[in-house]
Amino acid sequence: MIPIFGFGILVITFIVSLYGAGTAIYGGHFAKKNALAWVESGRSAMLLTFPLTSMAVLVMIYLLLTRHYEVQFVYSVTSDSMPAYLKVTALWGGQAGSLLFWSWLMSGFAMAAALRKWERDRELLPWVVAALMVTLAFFIGLTVFVQGEGSFERFWQVPSGDVLTAVFQPAGSLPLIPANGEGLNPLLRHPGMIIHPPMLYLGFVGFIMPFAFGFASLVTGRADDRWIRVTRRWTLIAWLFLSLGLILGMRWAYDVLGWGGYWGWDPVEIAALIPWLSGTAFLHSVMIQEKRGLFKRWNMILIILTYCLVIYGTFLTRSGEFSSVHAFSESGIGWPFLIFISTTFLISLGLLLYRWNDLRSEGQMTSLLSREALFLVNNLLFMGILVVCFWGMTYPLVSELFTGQKVTVGPPFYTGATGPLFGALLLLMGVAPLSAWGHSTLKTYGSAIWKPLVVSLAGPVLALAVGVRQWAALLALWLAAFVLAVTLYEYGRAALARHHRSGESLLVATWRLAERNRRRYGGYIIHLGVVMMGLGVIGMQFFQTQTQGTLKQGGALSLDSYTITFKDLAVFDTADGRNVARAVVNVSQYGQPLGDLYPRRDYYYESQQPVTIAGLRSTLAGDLYIILVDWQPISSGGTTFKVFHNPLVSWLWIGGLVFILGTAVAAWPDREAEAVKQAAPAPAAVKV
Amino acid sequence: MQSFVASRQVSLGRLKFIIGGLLIVAAIGYLIFSATSANSQYFLTVEELKSRGQALAGKNVRVSGAVIGNTIQYDPQSLTLMFSVAQVPGDNSVIDAQGGLAAVLHAAVIDPSKPRLKVVYHGPRPDLLKDEAQAIMTGQLGFDGVFQANELLLKCPTKYQEAVPNQVQK
Repeated sequence: MIPIFGFGILVITFIVSLYGAGTAIYGGHFAKKNALAWVESGRSAMLLTFPLTSMAVLVMIYLLLTRHYEVQFVYSVTSDSMPAYLKVTALWGGQAGSLLFWSWLMSGFAMAAALRKWERDRELLPWVVAALMVTLAFFIGLTVFVQGEGSFERFWQVPSGDVLTAVFQPAGSLPLIPANGEGLNPLLRHPGMIIHPPMLYLGFVGFIMPFAFGFASLVTGRADDRWIRVTRRWTLIAWLFLSLGLILGMRWAYDVLGWGGYWGWDPVEIAALIPWLSGTAFLHSVMIQEKRGLFKRWNMILIILTYCLVIYGTFLTRSGEFSSVHAFSESGIGWPFLIFISTTFLISLGLLLYRWNDLRSEGQMTSLLSREALFLVNNLLFMGILVVCFWGMTYPLVSELFTGQKVTVGPPFYTGATGPLFGALLLLMGVAPLSAWGHSTLKTYGSAIWKPLVVSLAGPVLALAVGVRQWAALLALWLAAFVLAVTLYEYGRAALARHHRSGESLLVATWRLAERNRRRYGGYIIHLGVVMMGLGVIGMQFFQTQTQGTLKQGGALSLDSYTITFKDLAVFDTADGRNVARAVVNVSQYGQPLGDLYPRRDYYYESQQPVTIAGLRSTLAGDLYIILVDWQPISSGGTTFKVFHNPLVSWLWIGGLVFILGTAVAAWPDREAEAVKQAAPAPAAVKV
Repeated sequence: MQSFVASRQVSLGRLKFIIGGLLIVAAIGYLIFSATSANSQYFLTVEELKSRGQALAGKNVRVSGAVIGNTIQYDPQSLTLMFSVAQVPGDNSVIDAQGGLAAVLHAAVIDPSKPRLKVVYHGPRPDLLKDEAQAIMTGQLGFDGVFQANELLLKCPTKYQEAVPNQVQK
């Protein structure tokens, strides 16, 4: 009964969201009288979707917690031996639950949108409701109508002996209730993997907000930047979660997949990266529209693209179109996704073309070194990386279409093609903060930049001194040092000026400065985070070393300055159904003992799946990453280890934290700025 | 006259942006082109690889097949992994028509008449390497007809609705 109850709630949610979209559109465009009441009714419907989906999610969590293995999804992601918290998080451990979870987040955002103050932009409301509710209806509709994808489908045995899944009992069939579930894939039972999908989904869903407002501006013909200002915080928060999701995913890969890396250019990783790329380009280019009234059309294109890529990203992880580490099974929802994406894309694009002339720029760029021109280059580079990723993913399909032969590209393609672009982005990150809006000459620019430029040369010089000879590594290190120098110089100069002017202590001045202009200084903190992450990437890309060997007890392996000594090995069963092989190895550097590490291999009996857990010693200078590859009983044979030395990789995670912190600073509510903005309305559009 | 000069200046001003933009776009295009031509690999089935064998020897290709469990040999001393894979169709629609990936993999392993390929891989034994797993390997076909894999990607559709294969890289 309970699954049917859950299914019923979803059906109601589907109807309510369609009702919301319908009434909002009717009130927004067609209604001759009572238009306001129609729109308000749509808004109320939007408000209602959140309690509804919350109920559906609670029903599912109840089923997951109470061993309702007759429900296919519960069977596929939980088992008796799993602790309660894992059973709850199993909600996003499979595709049917993920879709439900996605819809729940989506309706949460929709409720927040319904509750905001609408006085100043009433005319946008119906179209925001329409965009959000149509998207929600699509996702709920998938779980309601597509056979085999439903969250609440149960197993049924038909007389022929076959087992099928359906919500309602098919005629003549008997219920099938498995005694135990398959359990969540052990590889997914990791803290990083438990919070990675919700973060990624929050990011995905969050980007639907600016799209909904952009879409509403297109429909109503508002040509100002109101939609951007309204959704600025939403966009930053969406971006924050998307970035956090990506970073957590990398950490999970590093800890769990056991190949000593963090990013494999896997199609699903790329599917999550591409909306981030277009979102990041959007985040930068909206600033030009706010400051100078340029790039209005481009910003619309970017947000439409980001929205479609968000949906496409969700689709890629589910359609089975590409072989991948994440490889969700092939399923029937590919076509609905494709149709939905192309329809929304074409409608938005049509609207944009319809409003093309209204969205003329209010000015012109004059100088190649101006801030806006450099932002444009930034956009080109982000889009360049996006095109590389997209090309890499679709190349097998394209080549098959034209030559009949499937040709693929691997990670070397991506690193080869995106490496220089990421490098160019670093260069830009150093160059752009010193440029001025509007007009900038080489002379003023040169006088601003020479000091940090000289300081930054210390980076590669230092690297040369310690023996780095690869030119690409030296160049990358110089770029990182350059960004660091410019960012600190800019920040320091402004803080010092404030300190002299106001008499505040330097520390207070630094803090107040960031508080006064959160977006700017939050942005600088993000840039510092990127430099740190860049250091980690450089360390892994250029300086990673590895070795492997089979050791008898007491035997040793050496790698760079480290010596790894095999001390002991134990194989034992645990109460929660694992067989664990755990080695004890001692690590020393230059003869100084550093302590023991415990690389191990857990074999999960229930799911017949081994999981490798590396022994990890992490310092700011680098990680020692030891994998237990194979073992014999301690008396009879050897035990095989693979050892990686990953220089600087810790900076990837520290930089990730700084990055997120900077985003939080930029996104923090800022009453003062809101007040200033209201006092000084945007200047009237100047016709060119 | 004055307006003529002004409009000329505007178009000159625009020109430098257009040229700058085109240069960047050209650079990106070049990067994509050169990286593609340097790194593209044919994605083949076992059958296709065998039939085109000598022409492809020494070239980087990607091949997919079903792991035959009783052929797996692992020497932990040298970290050498040897196993055979059996032919599975490369086309998703063909796989669907034959009852899904799990059924196709099972059929491939039990049918000794399907083309088979010997594979050698150096490295830790992947956690997901087992009978009837789908292996996607990148590497070269040697002149001895043995496939030297540099990269090994595995999928186990039988056990999980969404398998999370283990990715290993050299």
